[in-house]
This record gives sequence, structure tokens and C-alpha cells, in this order.
Amino acid sequence: MNSLHLCLLFSSLLFCVGLGAAFSRNGAIFVLLGVELMLNAANINFIAFWRHLPATATATTGGAAAGAETVTAAGAGVIFALFSIAVAAAEAAVGLALIIAVYRHRRGTDLAESTELRG
Amino acid sequence: MELLLSNAALCLVAVATIATAAVALSLRGIVHATLLLVPAWFGVAAFYLWADAQFIAFAQVLVYVGAISMVALFAVLLTRAGGGAPEPVRAQLSVPGAVVAAAVAVTLVAAVLNTPFDAVAPAGVAAGDAAKVWNPSQPPPPVVPERAVAAIGRSLVEKYIPELLAAGVLLTVALLGAVLLAASPKTDTATGNAA
Repeated sequence: MNSLHLCLLFSSLLFCVGLGAAFSRNGAIFVLLGVELMLNAANINFIAFWRHLPATATATTGGAAAGAETVTAAGAGVIFALFSIAVAAAEAAVGLALIIAVYRHRRGTDLAESTELRG
Repeated sequence: MELLLSNAALCLVAVATIATAAVALSLRGIVHATLLLVPAWFGVAAFYLWADAQFIAFAQVLVYVGAISMVALFAVLLTRAGGGAPEPVRAQLSVPGAVVAAAVAVTLVAAVLNTPFDAVAPAGVAAGDAAKVWNPSQPPPPVVPERAVAAIGRSLVEKYIPELLAAGVLLTVALLGAVLLAASPKTDTATGNAA
């Protein structure tokens, strides 16, 4: 067990907390918050592997170019997590707008009662 | 010793974050749940700081603590049912959901614990040389924060400029769509009723 294992256990348990909330809660906002928590767990995995594993792209290039390649390849995990956060922000905005639209239509955000597609 | 302290800090952050998130998502009142999730977002940001990803940590605080929590609170206030009674947890839904989540947790934890990450070697490096490239019993070398942030900023506007533009377009379209979805459709219903 090393610190990469600990990071992955952390993200797995956080993912499952979000999964449990998304499955068992009935309010739409709770489900959305659970999904956000799962997205955060995925971001934690990006950062954990970026931090702990050597960049594989450096080994294949080899030679003197390896040093310069390390900088860009080392940043790839961070860049990926950054774009993932941006997409999560867009998803939260659209999700909460959908919840408001559902509320205006049905006067409630109970997911078990929102069974109609017709709007 | 250094590795032990680092791992202890990680465990502390992880336990605090998971416990806060679990308590927040099992609360009945959604306002309290949203507010109690703020320490969980901060805990994830603390993990990013632990992992020397300062840029992501500050992005996390800005986006999740600053934006998503506030937008969620707005949604809570806008969708408040008349009496404001706390939403009950459905008993028939919560037990299978918890069982599935626990099963996924057991599977993931077993998979992580059974994967020997020490054996992972970069492509092109012989298995015997892998220890020179990365020794799991040592903490990874620290990243110089200023240099890392500068490198991220430079690669965002040089190497990843199409992705950055695509993310900007995505955010614009998503926010416009959100406004259209959430805007009060008075004119639409008026014409719909007339038709």
C-alpha cells in the first residue's frame, strides 16, 4: 500500500458516497449534488495518477528531448482535470436550470413523481 | 518518515471529506446539505494542494465553493415547495441504492488493493529499471508551484488553445441554454393557449 493506493481508495469511496446519494435520494437537487461528487472523484483520479505515475510519453521519446517532453506530459493530467471541472460547471448550470423548469411545470422536484416526458 | 507524515495527512483529508460528504447527502434538509457540502469541496481542494496541483485546487474552490454551491442554493430557494417541509427520504428507494453503492465500493476497493502499482513501468523501460524511474516507497518529487502554474498557463494558450476555445464555447452554449430553460416562458404559454 502506497500513497497512490490511498488516493485511489479516497476517490473510490467518495464516488460511492455520490453514487449512493444519486440512487437513493428523491430530490432532484440531491441527485445532482451526488453526480457532482462523482465527478470530483474522477478528477481526484486524474490528479493522483498525474502525481504518482511517471509520464509514459517521456520514456518513448528518450534522449535529450525527454527533459522538454516531461514538462508538457507532466501537465497533461492537470489540464485534463481543468477541462473536466469546466465541463462539470456547465453540467451543473444546465442541470439546475432543468430542475427549475421541472419545478415550474410540476410544482415539485420529486423525481419519483416526475414520470411524464410530455411537457 | 516523510512518507508516513504525507500519507497521514492524506488519510486525514480523505476521512474528513468522505465523512462530510456522506453526512451532507444523508441530511433531510437540502439547504443544510448544500452548505455542509462546502467543507467537502474544500476537502477535495486540500487533496489537490497535497498533490501539488495548486492550479486545480484554486479552480476547485472557485468553481465548486464559489459557483456550484451558490447556484445550487439559488435552485433550492427557487424550487421551495410552499410549506418548506423537508423532503423525506424514500425508504423503498434508499435501501437498494445503498446496497448498490456498497457493492460498488467493495468492488472498487478490492480492485485498488489488488493492483500492484509498483509493477507499473513506463513503456520502453525494462522492468528492472522501473525502480529508478519511480520508487513507490518514496514520496514523489515536489513540484515547484510557480513553475507548475506558469507551465499550465503557457500550455493552455499554446498547446491546448483549441481545447480552451472549445471549453469556452461549451460554457457559453450551456449557460445560454440554462437561461432559456429556466426563463419564465410566459410568451410561449400565452401563444400556446391562444392556439
